[in-house]
Parts: sequence; structure tokens; C-alpha cells
Amino acid sequence: MNRSLFCMAAAWISLSASAGTTLYQHAHVVSGTGLNMTDASVLIVDGRIRALGAQVAAPADATIVDLKGHWITPALFGGIGSMGVVDISNEHATNDGSLNLGAVRPEFDPALAFNSDSEPVEIARVEGVGFALLAPDAGAHMNGGNVIDGLADVVTLDGSAPRAPSALVVEMGHEGAALAGDNRAAAFLLLADAFEEARHPPRAGEPRRMTEAGRNTLLQVLAGRLPVLFKVDRASDIRAVLKFAAQQKIRAIVSGGAEAWRVSKDLASAHVPVVIDPFEALPADFDRLATSLENGARLERAGVTVAFSLRGSAPHEARKLRQGAGNAVAHGMSWDKAFAAVTQTPAAMFASTPALGSITVGEKAQLIVWSGDPLEVTSLVEAEWLDGMPRTLTTRQTALRDRYYGKLREGAAR
Amino acid sequence: MPANRVLVGRVSALIATLLTVLIAHAAPPDPYPSTYAAPPSPAVLIQGATVLTGTGTRLEDTDILLKDGVIAAIGPHLSAPEGAILVDARGRTVSPGIIDIHSHLGVYPSPALSSLQDGNEATAPVTANVWAEHSIWPSDPGFQTALEGGVTSLEILPGSANLIGGRGVVLKNVAAITYQAMKFPGAPHGLKMACGENPKRVYGGHNQTPSTRMGNVAGYRAQWIEAKDYLRDWTDYETKVRAGGKDAQDARAPKRDLRLDTLAGALKGDIAIQMHCYRADEMATMIDMSKEFGFRIATFHHASEAYKIANRLAENGICAAMWADWWGFKMESYDGIQENIALVDAAPNGCAIVHSDSEEGIQRLNQEAAKAMARGRAMGLPITPERAMRWITLNPARALGIGERTGSIEIGKMADVVIWNRDPFSSYALAQQVYIDGVLQFDRAHPALTPRSDFLLGQPSTRGEMP
Repeated sequence: MNRSLFCMAAAWISLSASAGTTLYQHAHVVSGTGLNMTDASVLIVDGRIRALGAQVAAPADATIVDLKGHWITPALFGGIGSMGVVDISNEHATNDGSLNLGAVRPEFDPALAFNSDSEPVEIARVEGVGFALLAPDAGAHMNGGNVIDGLADVVTLDGSAPRAPSALVVEMGHEGAALAGDNRAAAFLLLADAFEEARHPPRAGEPRRMTEAGRNTLLQVLAGRLPVLFKVDRASDIRAVLKFAAQQKIRAIVSGGAEAWRVSKDLASAHVPVVIDPFEALPADFDRLATSLENGARLERAGVTVAFSLRGSAPHEARKLRQGAGNAVAHGMSWDKAFAAVTQTPAAMFASTPALGSITVGEKAQLIVWSGDPLEVTSLVEAEWLDGMPRTLTTRQTALRDRYYGKLREGAAR
Repeated sequence: MPANRVLVGRVSALIATLLTVLIAHAAPPDPYPSTYAAPPSPAVLIQGATVLTGTGTRLEDTDILLKDGVIAAIGPHLSAPEGAILVDARGRTVSPGIIDIHSHLGVYPSPALSSLQDGNEATAPVTANVWAEHSIWPSDPGFQTALEGGVTSLEILPGSANLIGGRGVVLKNVAAITYQAMKFPGAPHGLKMACGENPKRVYGGHNQTPSTRMGNVAGYRAQWIEAKDYLRDWTDYETKVRAGGKDAQDARAPKRDLRLDTLAGALKGDIAIQMHCYRADEMATMIDMSKEFGFRIATFHHASEAYKIANRLAENGICAAMWADWWGFKMESYDGIQENIALVDAAPNGCAIVHSDSEEGIQRLNQEAAKAMARGRAMGLPITPERAMRWITLNPARALGIGERTGSIEIGKMADVVIWNRDPFSSYALAQQVYIDGVLQFDRAHPALTPRSDFLLGQPSTRGEMP
């Protein structure tokens, strides 16, 4: 990367927190709203995007940064998982990623566990991740959870608290089976029972599975206000989910979707989007025998909306998602759709905030300055704005790096 | 490179057998010998490529001749032998075959069914008697996807549940019915050992020793004491036999022990010690232990904190095999940083290796190396692609004890070669062709020629869209 540029950008950041006007010039800008232009400008005034495009006049008081062809994009999606609720995966006391309640609690909301100070949040942020979907994972606790995991929340990596829930999460396939009497068909049975109870609340004294809050959550799903994220991979199971969703008249999103390419026409005609892991190539289990690196490309060709997430829920790896998007391009997906799959597509799926996943005039700046194409593994973050504020790029990991590089230079890394 | 090295590839199995006989103490020659032999194939002349040789050198507009299983010539505008296949590699990059020093393909295969979980004999903290090769399922589709990522040789190791997990084996990444037909001829075995959290968690959880790090160290030391006794008994016996006469007649062979055979082999340097160890302080303890008992550690694996002791590792001639960006999945990986590989490489005589320990990572070790290279450059280290290429080729080859035969593009070495569609240090790079011992084992342009595991062959779901 260009070190002088980096130093300049870093020095500028320290000045600009109070300064009002910044103009990035000669950047390759991908806005996430249709603009993909080399040699473009972005003007930020008081933390909001004021203008972007080929011709942006420099206000008199602007701090001008010549990016020399480096890239500006929206901050990226970090995938679906445990962002903000895990420090160290194997240390249970630091990990609120799984859920073992047993009871049917659709209203369970992991937002209260979200900790914007956790190190994985900061590490993901300095790698260009701006938002993620925090989702409980009952499938990680076989025989202890429930097929209804609970609610998922969009979390932003700018220090603010999660907003309203974005989806209901449900376990299907072999993981759903493990939570439903060892039979994947029974996962549908339990789910249908729950919706039935929400539609027809039990009268006093009648047996009930859920609290009133739980029933109300399902009523939001039935009213179309919340989509259901079905964790499902096998083609036949995806078809069963589509049928179930049509019967219940609920909005479905397929998450996992290893074999989604095999039922792409069904998905396209039902307008059901899919979240896939772009690294997956192998039949990790019998639900995923037809896993293919071309999953994204085939779904794109069929007109299915695709977003990306790593399957593992650990937030430590969120920074790797853009590499996966690049690999999807290598295996036939268009760059535009692969990039959208880590920016505006998941933002549109889950977020109600227009500033996420795009650079939009009038909105608070959420953008990343990259040394090059962000889907390229050798490109690095050079500067970052989240929630209208420039952010520093130092972390505990850069502190460790600097301490031991110093020792190494003295021959004292011993 | 001497001309007679050309023979090496062809007679390697024979040499391996001879070597094993020469160094035998207690253990007989490998009773599960390699049956791998590259099939005859026409000579291949790769023309006009950018070559990253694996030794730290870049060659532009260069031809490479693969003939009789070895790299027969390297240079501009080579003439093609009669019958040679010409491969136009202008605009392409050629590298040595990628080598992964840490894989569990075959022993933890896809699909990850409980009936195929054969990587950890987690029934006792020391199982130096087990050999990973006896667990390998050759039908693991992961071998094929690794091949598509340019991997030509790989070491299959037991898992890290045990202090001493057993022997690892080096394979050529060729499709086969048996693991013997994949076994790298003459490659030394590895010995898998593990520091830290895993052994103490597994056995401490059963209220057995070790349950602490001090228990771990006591556990290894007791084994080495036994192994030294065993080796001495065998050396005494062999000395008597060699002396002849009455001493030889009276000499009685000690009782053979599979566990101690392995440990004695490691003490003698015939088996390369591959040690799973994350923390800097624990690696330092292991180095002290190696001096206490007189063995050599080839590589620390995972080594999240190798950067803290990069000088010490280099001074002791120990490689570190690392991930580009894994961290935080457990406490001993909490201090992992993305500059780890570049910093180990930056120490004078440092030996950095990028490994996978993952059926996903092994498919794109070129990209893992690219990430580490970019991190090093960003902090000002002048790491070129030709330098970074060593991390996934010659450095692991040397740490495995096969560096004289593969891992670089040099005359006389095995013709293990990858042709990339572009600069391999990229998200968009794909291996176009992969040659192993001069045989085209993967060709992206002709997917039908790609070996397909028995497991996936004819699976209904893989044929296309669901009817």
C-alpha cells in the first residue's frame, strides 16, 4: 500500500473530527446505489454525504484528499452470527452466541448481550465491516434449544446499540431435526403449532407453549413485518420451506443454502432471497452433497437475490467475508452482485437504515477508503467513516504488532 | 543442481527402502510402503511464463520442460523434445506445487459424519503408536478441491487432543484407492505433538492427567526418558550384534514397542517433530525440552505468538506454520495478529510457513499467503511475491524433509508445478493446470478429466438442478 498516503490520511483524521468539510478526489467510488466510477469525488460536510460523482466543486474550507485511484465503498456487511456477543469462542463466560433455553421463546432478543467494546467488533470494524446481523444459534446446542432460535438484530460497528429486530431465526434440516425429536419434518410441525397458537391464543386455563410476547412476535411475522430466516441447505428441504412459507403466508429468507442453486427457479419465482457462504465447496454433511463454489453465480443467473455470510458464527472471521465475495467472482458471479452481496443486499434484507450498505447523499457517512478493490485480498483499509465520524484504525492487535516489531528490529524477539 | 538428480524421482521408492534399512534400529523398514509411481506421460513444455520458483526468485518470459517426472530444463525459448505437449503460458504465472504441512484431509473428511471422525485417538494422552495414515479415507472429496487449489503434496497429521498424537504421513495429492498409492515415496514420517489447551482440556475433563500445562510438560518428559532408555537398549543390542562372536550370540533383542519405536525415531532425527503450540512461552519451554532430551523440533504449528519469539525460532532453526488471520477462537490464540507470518519471515534466517489445518483453507493457500504478504508490506517490510511464494512451497517442503526433491522449480526436482490464470496472490486467481511428477492431474479447461472421489461419483444431487 501507499505508505505516504496512509500517513497523510491518518494525520488528517486526527484533525478532521472537528473540521467540517472533507473532499475525497480521484477515487474509484462504488456507492452501492448504482454509481461505480473511477476518478470520482465524495464530499462530506459535517459528517453527512453532501455530493458524489465526477464533478464535485471543492468548497473553500474543504480538506482535500487526493486518493490517486484508491477506492471508496460503503462499509461492509460482516455476516450473520455472534458479532458483539463473543470475545473468545471457547471460553463460555465470554460467549453468548448460542442459546439453550429449551422453551419456545420467539421473542428472545440477543440485543441486550451486545457489547460494542468486544475486541472482535473492533477488529472487524478496522477491516471495513460496518454492520452485521446478530442472530442467536440454538442449533449449536443440540437437544437443548428450540427450532425457533429467536430474533436477530442488525448491529452497527459504530458504538451504538442495536435497533429493532430484523428477522426471526429458525433451525431446519438436520440441525432442526436434532431440536425436533430427531426428525426434520417435525421441525415444520413444531413451527406450525407455534403459528397456530399465535393465531388462536389459548384461553385462560388452556395449555400454552408461549408467552404473550412470543405470540406477538409470531403475529409480526404473520403480518409480514418480520421475515423468517430459515437455516436450511438441502434442496428438498428448501422446497419444503418454500411450501411452508407460502401456506403460512410469511416472508422467508434462506440462510445456508448450500444446495440453493438446485432449486434456483423455485427461489426466484417465490422471490425468496438466499444467504450463502461463498467459500463452501465440499459436502460437509448429507444436507450439502451438492455444494458448489458456483452457487452464487448460478443463483445470480436465475435471478435470485444473494447475500453472503460465513457459516461459522464467530465474529473473529467477519473480516474474511470480502475475500469470499472475491472468490465468488472468480467462480462466475458478477463483481457488482458479489459486492452487493456484502453491502446493499444484506442491508436491504435486514436493515431499515438507508445509510447502511450504501453511500447516499444526505445520509451520515458510512464509508471505507481502500488501497484498491475491496474484494481483493491484498487491498487494505486506509481510512474509515462510520455514523458520520472518522474512525481510528488502531487496535489491540496493532499495539501487539508494534511492540514486537520493535523487539524484532533489535534482534530481541526472543 | 547435479544432473544425476534427474534420477531421483524415478528411483525414489528404491532409495526410500534403502534409507530405511540403513537407519533401522528397532523398527523394520516401512511395513506400509508407498506404492505411488507416476504413470508415464509425455513431456510438457510450458512456454513464456512468469515463474515464481519457490526459492525467492522471479523469472520472466521463461519456459519450463517437464520430462520423465522431473523438471528437466528452465530457460528462455527452450526447444521442445519430439512429442512434447506445448502449453502457452504467456500472461500466466507458474509456481511450484503448493505444499500444506498441516492437513486432516482423509482423517477428518467431508462429509463430517461421526463414522468418519478418525483424527484423534483421544483415549490416552500419549498415542505415539498410532499412525494417521491408517485413518485416511482416500475418498475424501477434499483431496480434489485441494488439488484444484494447486496443492500437490500435503502432510496428514493426527489431531491435537493428545500430548503425543502419533505419526503423520506425507502424501502426493493424487486420486487413489489406497493411501499407500498416495504416500510420498521416501518422505520421513512426522510426529504430532500438542502443547497447551487441548490435551489438558480433553484429559482434565475426564479427571485424568494432564489437566494443567505443568501436567502436559511432565507427560512429555516421562515419555522421552522412556524413549532414551529404549533407544539405548537397542543401540547396545545392535552394537553387540555388529561386534560378532560370543557377544552377538548372547545378545537378546529388546521387546519392540510401537510407541517407543516412534519416539526413538524422533530422538534419532528420522521422524520430523511437528508440534501444535500457540503461545510464545510454551514454545520456549518446548525448545528447552528438546535440548534436555536431544531432539530437534521441525515446526511449531499454529504458533499464533511466533512473532513474539521470531528471533529465537530462527536461531534454533525451527519453522513456524501459521494462519494468515485466524485468532480468538480460544485463549491461546487470542494474541494472533495478521502480521505474524511476515514478522517470522523478517527475522534473520526465519522460516515462515502458511498452513491450513482446514479443508477450506487448503483450497486457497495462495490467497492466505497473499493476505500475509499484504500485511507485511503495509508495515513496511519489502515482501515480494517471489519471497512469499516460499511460505507455501519450499519452506514447508524443507520442514517435512522433502525439500531436496520438491517445493521449488529447479532442474532435477519433481515436476510438481501449478499454472495460475494470473498473479496467484489474488482473490481472483485460479489454478489452471496442476502437474504432479509431470502428470497433468487437474486442468480447469477440461473438468471431465478431474479425478472425482468415489463418494461423489454419480451422486444424484450433484448432477444438476432438482427436477
